[in-house]
Amino acid sequence: MSASEHLIQPGHRACAGCGLLVGARLAADTSDGKIAVVNATGCLEVTTTAYPQSAWRVPWIHSVFGNAAAVATGVRAGLRVQGKDVPVVAQAGDGGTADIGLQALSGMLERRDDVLFVCYDNEGYMNTGVQRSGLTPFDAATTTTPVGEWSFGNPLPKKDLVSIVLAHSPAYVATATIAYHKDLERKMQRALATKGPRYLHILVPCPLGWKFEPRSTIGVSRLAVMSNLFPLAEWRDGVLGRVKGPAVPVSVDEYLKAQGRFSHLFRDERGVDARATIQNMADETARRFGIRAYGDVVGVESPAGHAGAASSNG
Amino acid sequence: MKVMEGAEAIADAVRAAGPKVVSAYPITPQTHIVEALSQAVADGRLDAEFITVESEHSAASVVLGAAATGVRTFTATSSQGLLYMAEVVLNIAGMRLPVVMTVANRALSSPLSIWNDHQDSMTLRDSGWIQLFAQTAQEAHDLHLVAYRIAEDPRVLLPVMVCVDGFVLTHAFEPVEPVSDEAVSRYLPPLSLPFVLDPARPATFGAYADPTVYTEARFAIEAAQRRSAQVLSQALGEFAALTGREYSPDFDRYRLDDADVVMVAMGTAAQTAQVAVDEMRDEGVAAGLVAIRRFRPFPAAELVAALGNASRIVVFDRSVSLGSGGIVAGELRSALYGRLLPQIVGVVAGLGGRDVSVETLTQAFRAERDGWIDLRPDLEEIAP
Repeated sequence: MSASEHLIQPGHRACAGCGLLVGARLAADTSDGKIAVVNATGCLEVTTTAYPQSAWRVPWIHSVFGNAAAVATGVRAGLRVQGKDVPVVAQAGDGGTADIGLQALSGMLERRDDVLFVCYDNEGYMNTGVQRSGLTPFDAATTTTPVGEWSFGNPLPKKDLVSIVLAHSPAYVATATIAYHKDLERKMQRALATKGPRYLHILVPCPLGWKFEPRSTIGVSRLAVMSNLFPLAEWRDGVLGRVKGPAVPVSVDEYLKAQGRFSHLFRDERGVDARATIQNMADETARRFGIRAYGDVVGVESPAGHAGAASSNG
Repeated sequence: MKVMEGAEAIADAVRAAGPKVVSAYPITPQTHIVEALSQAVADGRLDAEFITVESEHSAASVVLGAAATGVRTFTATSSQGLLYMAEVVLNIAGMRLPVVMTVANRALSSPLSIWNDHQDSMTLRDSGWIQLFAQTAQEAHDLHLVAYRIAEDPRVLLPVMVCVDGFVLTHAFEPVEPVSDEAVSRYLPPLSLPFVLDPARPATFGAYADPTVYTEARFAIEAAQRRSAQVLSQALGEFAALTGREYSPDFDRYRLDDADVVMVAMGTAAQTAQVAVDEMRDEGVAAGLVAIRRFRPFPAAELVAALGNASRIVVFDRSVSLGSGGIVAGELRSALYGRLLPQIVGVVAGLGGRDVSVETLTQAFRAERDGWIDLRPDLEEIAP
């Protein structure tokens, strides 16, 4: 696909190395343009729609920060009563999904509206200058959870938003990240082909907020999966289906040390305990999804034959 | 002619207008309106999607999204509900979407009150919505049809708030002559918007604006507000030809020609004020009344012309800009500044459902200076 054919055009104002724009372009292109997009306020909106320009080649609407899901309900209803069978995609960052947008998202899922909601999770309020959100990971430094003599970054674990979404029994739920773009495209295709409420959670590393070089975006994204902090999973009608995880997991240290927001974890004794806590989180996540954990001895299968899922990772 | 509850009269007009998407969240005293509409959908008398939502914020968002696809929409709210949807209310106007919404006027917290005053819609007077205030159930019915007409006019393309006094109008039973469905279909052409969300012709709505264009976008709303006054005048003229019912596009004038002392009021209290004017006249005071129907755009020039001969204007406000005084009084002073020099007295009364009687309004006529005229004397005495 040449640059001029992408449904998000070059020339937008996102930062170099922005994971969000990679994710959003992959998602939009997968739709072939036969969608209507509802966007929450955030990086994606301000970088792609600076009036009188727009990077979007699909019908696109932004209202406010917390209402993408509800606007999408209205767009879907308006199109349906006119006999236009156009898939509606609502999209928001982690703030517009898990924090201020959670109520509207819950309402949309509860009504079983025929909308695909895509969360572009960059784990913080990056558009406003890297503040903590409900999806900021444990111990990450942000401008509202800074590291100081008495604090050690974000004191709260990342909200388990996927479980909250699953509690609404949506038709389709999946997690993806930009390092595994074929996996992302397949999940987007499946989500678009499904009727009813759907949810796609895409991890999109942010060079500015996570503090890494723009060239490292894909690599950091891959390490999130390889360290088991972000398993690639999918659920149909609430049932966990395929899970993709690392055949040979890496320690969370590999992921953490690649990012400046965790640099305090490698400075002194306090960091040793913190990294052990995060490793436990990753191992627990691996167990939940049946993936091999970092501490497992390579070559010995995890319980219940999970090696197949683990080795299928692209 | 039928005896109808105000809410029913409003719902009947909305049903006849045929919105394709209706969404609302329950809040007193608006509820009877959307209950009647959901029943109309359930009975097959209204072919619309009725979408129940988890908040007023989402109710406004749903009609915003639906309107952007080019279909007629409706919602209704009151009080805290209106404030809860406030950011979306401004957004609807900014995106120039012709949404029509009933505001069943109700006091704001705190203290919590379910009863009528105008504080809710007045708090959103700067939102870009056209604001019309109805005095009777008949007028409320009629103004909803007119509201769609002006909202959807290509010269306007702004949302319209039809403000009706909670309980006093929404829950009162009055004789109403509904406009026939056939007449409504002649009066309201199918909605046709210049831009809609459609993959066949992609457009971007709700873009981000930097300082080089923001002012122009806001000025475009201001210009549309100004144009809407003329469009409203035309729409009411055609409505009169259709139904025989005539409404002034700015305010009603009662015994105004030779009036020396003029009261300015809005909503149902204007009906009571007519009786108060008559009583004042019986006492030898040359009293008159201006009953504002169109609060946005504010009919400043028309008021200047109408109030030219008055020596004293008493503005009856059912809302307050706390720390500044009655809101209509402030607007009127601003409109008259440098042009006329009548004495303007602002009186605040009828807050939180306090009864507005003829006596309340004659008391207002007699007020010498700005103030809150119906504070209870016994409570004043025990105040520190």
